[in-house]
Amino acid sequence: MNSLAGSDLLLQIIYLLAAVLFILSLKLMSSPKTARHGVWAGEVGMLLAIVGTLLHHGIVDYRGIAIGLVLGSIIGVPLGLVHMTAVPQRTALSHAFGALCVTLVGTSEFYLRAPNVPPFMMAVLSAEVILGSLTFTGSLMAAGKLEEVLPQRPITYRGQNFVNLSVLAIAVAGAAVLVTHPGHMRLFPGILGVSLLFGVLMIVPIGGADMPTVMSLLNSYAGLSAAAMGFVLDSKLLIIAGALDGASGFILSVNMSKAMNRSFSNVLFGAFGQEQVAKGAAGQEAKPVKSATPEEAAAILGAASKVVIVPGYGMAVAQAQHKVRELYDALTKRGVDVKFGIHPVAGRMPGHMNVLLAEADIPYDKLLDMEDINPEFPQTDVALVIGANDVTNPAARNDPSSPIYGMPILDVDKARTVMVIKRSMSPGFAGIDNLLYYLDKTLMLFGDAKSFVGDIVRELGGGHS
Amino acid sequence: MVQSDLVTDLYVFTLAAFIGFEVIRRVSPLLHTPLMSLTNALDAIAVVGAIILAGEGKSTLATILGTIAIVAATSNIVGGFLITDRMLKMFKTSRPTKS
Repeated sequence: MNSLAGSDLLLQIIYLLAAVLFILSLKLMSSPKTARHGVWAGEVGMLLAIVGTLLHHGIVDYRGIAIGLVLGSIIGVPLGLVHMTAVPQRTALSHAFGALCVTLVGTSEFYLRAPNVPPFMMAVLSAEVILGSLTFTGSLMAAGKLEEVLPQRPITYRGQNFVNLSVLAIAVAGAAVLVTHPGHMRLFPGILGVSLLFGVLMIVPIGGADMPTVMSLLNSYAGLSAAAMGFVLDSKLLIIAGALDGASGFILSVNMSKAMNRSFSNVLFGAFGQEQVAKGAAGQEAKPVKSATPEEAAAILGAASKVVIVPGYGMAVAQAQHKVRELYDALTKRGVDVKFGIHPVAGRMPGHMNVLLAEADIPYDKLLDMEDINPEFPQTDVALVIGANDVTNPAARNDPSSPIYGMPILDVDKARTVMVIKRSMSPGFAGIDNLLYYLDKTLMLFGDAKSFVGDIVRELGGGHS
Repeated sequence: MVQSDLVTDLYVFTLAAFIGFEVIRRVSPLLHTPLMSLTNALDAIAVVGAIILAGEGKSTLATILGTIAIVAATSNIVGGFLITDRMLKMFKTSRPTKS
């Protein structure tokens, strides 16, 4: 570092410029108005850094690089063109790819340098490889569950936490030995294998509804592993990018765990999903509920002056977002004020529901998050819940014995009338009965979300059918 | 790595993490999905390390693993920026804009 040749200095300045552009890129993401400029800033930074590196004098052979860049682009384009409902699994897959890159580079560096590796370097190298490989298999598992090629139900067994933590402890202990005795090179493949195994075990107990938290957590791990790689290669740019990504994933993890009312240590160890076993759902007497037809629902909605629609993942599963958009149009045309209340964990990753509604051409200034929409429910004539369940359950507010007690919810029960579109009376993911459904002001609209909303739209005289 | 470089790197990491917290706290929850795909694309700057590894030709193993690493990182760069931009393009406001 002390005697930089001219070209080295230039490269370092290019990297600095790229780092500034990366930070700027995230800063521009603060508002939907400037966000696309953020993408451009990121692209320019990336291009500068790659071109600068390609001109690096230490490179003697461009064949592998060319193959890698071309093949990567060929794989990358279809991954950038997936359907919006598939964005969560695409993102999980990209966490896996990022972690794979980090792990492979870490492995190569180990075999290039070992056994003459100073303790600190071995420590960050181990951190890079452990974090990288557990993120790789963990993200592949998450992608598999989201794509539904793997069972979505959480798989749990007694002593699972103990087994998982022991596996992780073995990897860390192996790394510790390697730090103090770098000669034990045969430990390295073992550490790699155990970390890969831990990534799988970590995701096994995770159910579909916990995915937003897991996605954020894997995001954070991917960032930290990249930062560790930056330490190994003494690349400040990589350290900065990894720290930004790690911080971003960390913030999202905290948001998600707050929204699910889980403690942060619970999130850190990845040990969630098993405490919410269905209890008390069975054996309960069927309580009376009021139901309504599309005609009745349309009449009430048409007469309202303020409507809040609460969409959940069920709406996305039913592919009802475009029908919901038609409902929004029909009501807006009649002068009804329509807004959307979005719970932080609606969807399969943070912010997913907003993307799905934006895709259906619903203006983003009508999409309000929980804190902003909750004060509006008491002045709301109709709250229309589509495919959401637990996040609307008043038991979270006033029943200390409920497993979801304390979870922040959307206060739909404070609206004058509540309508819930639901296939049947089956309980939600947490297996908890929703008290909302038995309120006097609640009307159950039984049926498929897409066709039911379509029927309401037809009654209101809108839509294209 | 010299000791002073290590300390510098720790400073860089710590300061970057602080900047990350401050900047990302201000990102609207509306955009959390594109935020994640964008940070993921930026994270793929790891390709720089992979390029040097694959190009230096220090060992066959390093060249092969480096090349695979380039494939993985490049697909994140291309796919990540592409999908982020596609998502952001869809966010429109109901208020009339000047354009």
